[in-house]
Amino acid sequence: MILKRIKLVPVLFLLPSLLFLGVFVYIPIVQNFFNSFFDFSVFSQTKEFIGFSYFKELFEDKILMTSFANNIKYAVISVLFQVFFALILATILEDKLFRRIAPTLRVIYFIPVMISISVIALLFSFIYNPQMGLLNSFLDLIGLESLAKPWLGNATTAIYAVIAMSQWQSVGFITMLFIVAIQKIPKDLYEAAEIDGAGRIRKFFNITVPQVKETMFVNVLITVTGAMLVFNEPYILTNGGPGISSMTLSVHMYQLGFIKDNMGYASAVATLIFVVTAIFALIQIKVSGTGKDE
Amino acid sequence: MTLLNTKEDVLNSSPDARYQKVRSKTDLRGKISKNIFLLGLLFIAFIVLYPLYWMFISSFKSYDEIYNNVWSLPSVWHFENYITAWSQGISSYFINSLFVTILSILLVVLIGSMAAFSLSRYKTKWINVALVFIIGGLMMNPQVALIPLFEILTWMNLINTHWALILTYVAYRLPLSIILIRAFFLSIPKELEESAIIDGCSEFGIYSRIYLPLSIPILITTVVLTAYFAWNEFLFSTVFIDSSDLKTIPSGLMGFRDALRTDWGVLLAGMVIASIPMIILLILLQKYLVRGLSEGSVKG
Repeated sequence: MILKRIKLVPVLFLLPSLLFLGVFVYIPIVQNFFNSFFDFSVFSQTKEFIGFSYFKELFEDKILMTSFANNIKYAVISVLFQVFFALILATILEDKLFRRIAPTLRVIYFIPVMISISVIALLFSFIYNPQMGLLNSFLDLIGLESLAKPWLGNATTAIYAVIAMSQWQSVGFITMLFIVAIQKIPKDLYEAAEIDGAGRIRKFFNITVPQVKETMFVNVLITVTGAMLVFNEPYILTNGGPGISSMTLSVHMYQLGFIKDNMGYASAVATLIFVVTAIFALIQIKVSGTGKDE
Repeated sequence: MTLLNTKEDVLNSSPDARYQKVRSKTDLRGKISKNIFLLGLLFIAFIVLYPLYWMFISSFKSYDEIYNNVWSLPSVWHFENYITAWSQGISSYFINSLFVTILSILLVVLIGSMAAFSLSRYKTKWINVALVFIIGGLMMNPQVALIPLFEILTWMNLINTHWALILTYVAYRLPLSIILIRAFFLSIPKELEESAIIDGCSEFGIYSRIYLPLSIPILITTVVLTAYFAWNEFLFSTVFIDSSDLKTIPSGLMGFRDALRTDWGVLLAGMVIASIPMIILLILLQKYLVRGLSEGSVKG
């Protein structure tokens, strides 16, 4: 009786989770892979097998190349800005000098993280607005009106305007992750360095950086993975435009599938996104896994 | 407004004599650089806050004033912008978001804690397989699953219902929630459950009367993280919901913008309403939120 009970409970308790993950997480990933080999549209009853054609098409797709380049720009700028700048910001905030004001500043920096991306993107469409936008008005105010431009309507600036908004929204998040990591550093390390007469910069490079190395690596991976998947920001602000100038892989996939109704090819693009992000995710799991053994 | 200021006070109340000596020498330089850094920090705070302040102030303006006097305070405060926003659609988006968020939270906490209970209490080969299966879920992302999920939900007749959002939100929040709750469950002393078994407590009793009550902090973290995700999720709510009556706030705001055309004051009022619940959540439950986000990222 007892044996039976013990065997049944773990299965019953696990079953709902396994079902949810199986049906809504794993099956879709597998199905997406198979879909990449078929030609079909949203409401078509049949799928026509076409083999590897869509994968071959990936290599000749100009929009895909632009998208991928934009994702890489997104990743590089985000890593520089969010990871390196955020580490410096977190270090300054954790300094004894700012003990009083730091808690308030941390909350302020974190506010944009909490706000829905659609609110943020609508707000930035006001900021970038060519006629009344805050950015152009501000440039006007300080006498730099020659720099004013339709930020989102210009093919060279659109993707950077989108990226800039992401930095504004996310820097507080990565800063917070660094703050948590810095607070876990044993304080006697710093005290010992102070007795040796080490200044702030030496303490930063000799203690803070090595101690938060793992967090830094994880943050780089989070940021890069996020940049490879980015959808909401370009979709709401520019919808990939003007032309295809601010397209990203996810926006391309969405438009192929739900606007151009080419579900099979959209699936091939999704498979590409999966492969790219899975590589980063595997590295991340490996790194945070080894970290736990230490 | 205290965010994570653990132990700082204790550490700073024990000044070291030698440290003080070193400090006095560099005092002046220190003061100057302190003020430069302080200015920098305040400048960043200004860049973060100003757009939000502008959104709030402009939500009381008329279109003409937003267009012509970008920087000024409203000459007439149009409080009715909020009433208009609420009655022209935000109320239904708000209620939809609330419904989807609350059901997602309930399901994640219930299903997630049950799975975590199993994973932390039993050790067999199959439990390990299940654990890997669940952790692996962290690697999967919604973008890649979008088209197949659309097919699956269509097949289940759930497209254009709130369940399309609730079920998928739960599925994508479960891996992280289970990992966080399991780690907490593992720290519960085994003696407690042993004495409970002796007292004739069933397995379900151990779960509901010992594990759950002892795990309130991590359950709050799970609630906050799920709320944050479900309230702000955009992609699924755009693709899976077509009818305007069923849209949640993130996707609803897009339709709201198109419907209003130039009624910017009302749109901005809607944006403020959409943001308020999460800012309240941040201020009230920041400790839980920050812990969840940071542990989630490291374990992710």
